[in-house]
Amino acid sequence: MSLTTQDVQKIARLARLAMNDTEIEAARAQLSGIFELIEQMQAVDTTGIEPMSHAQDLSQQLREDVVTASNDREAFQAIAPQVEGGLYLVPQVIE
Amino acid sequence: MLNHSLQQQGDALRAKKISSVELTQLYLDRIATHNPVLNAFVTVESAKSLAQAKAADAQLAAGSAQALTGIPIAQKDIFCAQGWRTTCGSKMLDNFISPYDAHVITQFNNAGAVNLGKTNMDEFAMGSSNETSYFGPVRNPWDIKAVPGGSSGGAAAAVAARLCAAATGTDTGGSIRQPAALCGVTGIKPTYGTVSRYGMIAFASSLDQAGPMARSAEDCALMLNVMTGHDPRDSTSLVRDKEDYTRELNKPLAGLRIGLPREFFAEGLSQDVGQCVQAAVAEYQKLGATVVEISLPNAKLAVPVYYVLAPAEASSNLSRFDGVRYGYRAPDYTDLTDMYEKTRAQGFGEEVKRRIMIGTYVLSHGYYDAYYLQAQKIRRLIAQDFTEAFKKCDVIMGPTSPSTAFNLGEKGDDPVQMYLSDIYTIAVNLAGLPGMSIPCGTGANAMPVGLQIIGDYFKEAQMLNVAHQYQLATDWHSRAPQGL
Repeated sequence: MSLTTQDVQKIARLARLAMNDTEIEAARAQLSGIFELIEQMQAVDTTGIEPMSHAQDLSQQLREDVVTASNDREAFQAIAPQVEGGLYLVPQVIE
Repeated sequence: MLNHSLQQQGDALRAKKISSVELTQLYLDRIATHNPVLNAFVTVESAKSLAQAKAADAQLAAGSAQALTGIPIAQKDIFCAQGWRTTCGSKMLDNFISPYDAHVITQFNNAGAVNLGKTNMDEFAMGSSNETSYFGPVRNPWDIKAVPGGSSGGAAAAVAARLCAAATGTDTGGSIRQPAALCGVTGIKPTYGTVSRYGMIAFASSLDQAGPMARSAEDCALMLNVMTGHDPRDSTSLVRDKEDYTRELNKPLAGLRIGLPREFFAEGLSQDVGQCVQAAVAEYQKLGATVVEISLPNAKLAVPVYYVLAPAEASSNLSRFDGVRYGYRAPDYTDLTDMYEKTRAQGFGEEVKRRIMIGTYVLSHGYYDAYYLQAQKIRRLIAQDFTEAFKKCDVIMGPTSPSTAFNLGEKGDDPVQMYLSDIYTIAVNLAGLPGMSIPCGTGANAMPVGLQIIGDYFKEAQMLNVAHQYQLATDWHSRAPQGL
């Protein structure tokens, strides 16, 4: 399978990865090679086979709905790139 | 002391022949000497390690020591450890000081073990050679021109070079077993769900599983005793009774049925590796085992299936790295989207970006059924092959890796060639089965060869028994690289 430049630009946008034209072209070539490998799957007849999402087919475990975590805001915000007054700062999103 | 087993080190500590501070300092000195070349450790904090050692000595003096009390253990830099820099091999987390402990770290702390430092790894555990680490490649102690394997390459190299007695690793597609094979050490990936993933930085959550790497199966059993157990903070952590993984070590192997999958001995396997594996199987026959040929007809699809499922899960897991709450943030940006895109472009390395892009594509509208769903269906076929096989045998054996360690840079430009180095290990993760690798000889250029042992679900104690009996009869596992 061969990906187009537009395909790769779209993937990069969805994945939030800034890429210049040279990087897009390099990624296109390498991803196309990887998808050739992946295409081997298409020859397999999987009619009637249930998808397997987990190693053991277990149901999700539940716990009591009680507060267990402590408030560690200061410890967690000490490692954030930019905080102020207990809030995480990001570029303005609403004019 | 450097060639002592964990049991022997523990005995020496409890008999006061050596203190934990002395033992820890011995390893710290070795790391200072050899790490500039090997690059097996990313972070060493002597003061922190020695403080833990001092506390362990107090426990030893008080007579309240457990099996691993006072023994220094190297931790893969994928495990969050409170107050320690935890990078996952990435620029994205270069400045990340973890505010909490992973469950595995808590377990070792509770066991009185000493955190000796954080080992190098492929970035976000994505790689088979340790070359994708932001902190530079690890070198194989058997030949510094060669890779140690990956992603737990720092752990494997550290154990092989006697920079630690034992280490932790994680295995999503072979990341414990393949580096163990390439560095001549013993490593086991237990059944999925056996070790909590809490605080273990996520790559592909339905496949990721932690396990020990050490010089022998006996040491791995002691490590597993500490690492395993239910943890409600990981929703996939299994509720099971606590096991003693040493309990079957000394059982004789008479009557053991070994399954050899014909697909694992076909085209693509290096002759030298194949010969070592066959010789190991012959040794097992001398120990009383019988051999039966089996087939895993869908195993050849494991690599393509994995390179859909693992990147899909990774693209989701790694979306958390956005430059807002922790880790790297790009210095210059115009708006929020620009900040995300530049942060991620600058913070992630090439292989990580490649896998995020594969995952993003296979999950995108219009491609989900053809890729993701089809891969999940074939995953079931692969798992069913193992279920059928285990009706005829107790354990499955084969090569861990198709070749011995390759040279640094040798596979750098071709991701597909690199992906194929995990061809024998990936199916085990897809099925969720336990798998291990033990040294079984040397191949081309006298580099180590690994024998892979695959067990049925929850058969770790039996696999460790199978490995231990071989290690009693042979000495491949106790050989050390020259010059260290």
